[in-house]
Amino acid sequence: MTGWRVATVTALRPESASARTVVLQVPGWPGHDAGQHVDVRLTAEDGYTASRSYSIANVPASDLVEITVERLDDGEVSPYLVDEVQAGDRVEVRGPVGGWFVWRPAQLEPVLLIGGGSGVVPLMSVVRRHRQTVSAAPLRLVYSVRDPDATIYREELESLTADGLSLTYVFTRRTPQGWPRPAGRLDAAGLAEAVFAPGDGATSYVCGPTGFVEAVADLLVGAGHDPRRVRTERFGPSGGRS
Amino acid sequence: MTEPTFIDGNAIAGMLGEVFAVEVTTAVGRCDGCGAVSVLAETRVYVDAPGTVVRCTGCDAVLLRVVTSPDRTWLDLRGLSYLQLARPAGP
Repeated sequence: MTGWRVATVTALRPESASARTVVLQVPGWPGHDAGQHVDVRLTAEDGYTASRSYSIANVPASDLVEITVERLDDGEVSPYLVDEVQAGDRVEVRGPVGGWFVWRPAQLEPVLLIGGGSGVVPLMSVVRRHRQTVSAAPLRLVYSVRDPDATIYREELESLTADGLSLTYVFTRRTPQGWPRPAGRLDAAGLAEAVFAPGDGATSYVCGPTGFVEAVADLLVGAGHDPRRVRTERFGPSGGRS
Repeated sequence: MTEPTFIDGNAIAGMLGEVFAVEVTTAVGRCDGCGAVSVLAETRVYVDAPGTVVRCTGCDAVLLRVVTSPDRTWLDLRGLSYLQLARPAGP
């Protein structure tokens, strides 16, 4: 683990009305595992610095690191990354960091991914890595999101679903037209339909706002899932890291 | 109901990575207050204090505090009775 490296923004992709993917080129990047983070540090002209930790979204690809950032209106870093930063700009990064909330291709047990809001980002990294390595591990994704317009990675998820990905959407405030369920939070019944049976030995990865993660982890354990196989990542009170 | 303000132990990985030679969020710590044993990644981290405060998920006691200045890191580990770290694989 080394210190800060200078990264260059090479591309930007809008993902929803409030989220954007920032592609960073990081000379000397050592590669990463699905689920790991990178710390991003911004320095103002007066020397003031602010840093935040973001989940890495892409599979290891030479020296490229992608993060998907959701704008928090009172955030210090996210509005800059979502609205301001341009290709060619430089930021500092440190990482990869974190070794707990990761999925490695050597894991053969079923994988259950449950994300709330931008908590889907590290889970997408797992989905992409799982596909890239043609893993035989059964995988299911449950994505809880406010409404269809807030959905991150919508088109990619559509094509992955058409190609066999097991994906369950939970819309908490507004559903698409003709959706079979009313809007509402993920509950025990919805969870039971979407996930593996408790005896299947799945490893669960739950990521999202703190309240969401606490609630889902409790539901899983309440349904009989082994708490030692439930990995959580909570990123604070609202929609994402600031 | 107020939403909890903490994030989790993953948030300290980068900061402690500058101090420890091994990945520290997968280390297992024992709370000196209640005896709960937890992976650091699953603890509760408060970053809105001066410095960073890591608390036990069992009893909310302070396990660890980290304060960084431009040229120094202060590490207060008094809330942990032990920290069990994986040894890097041998050559």
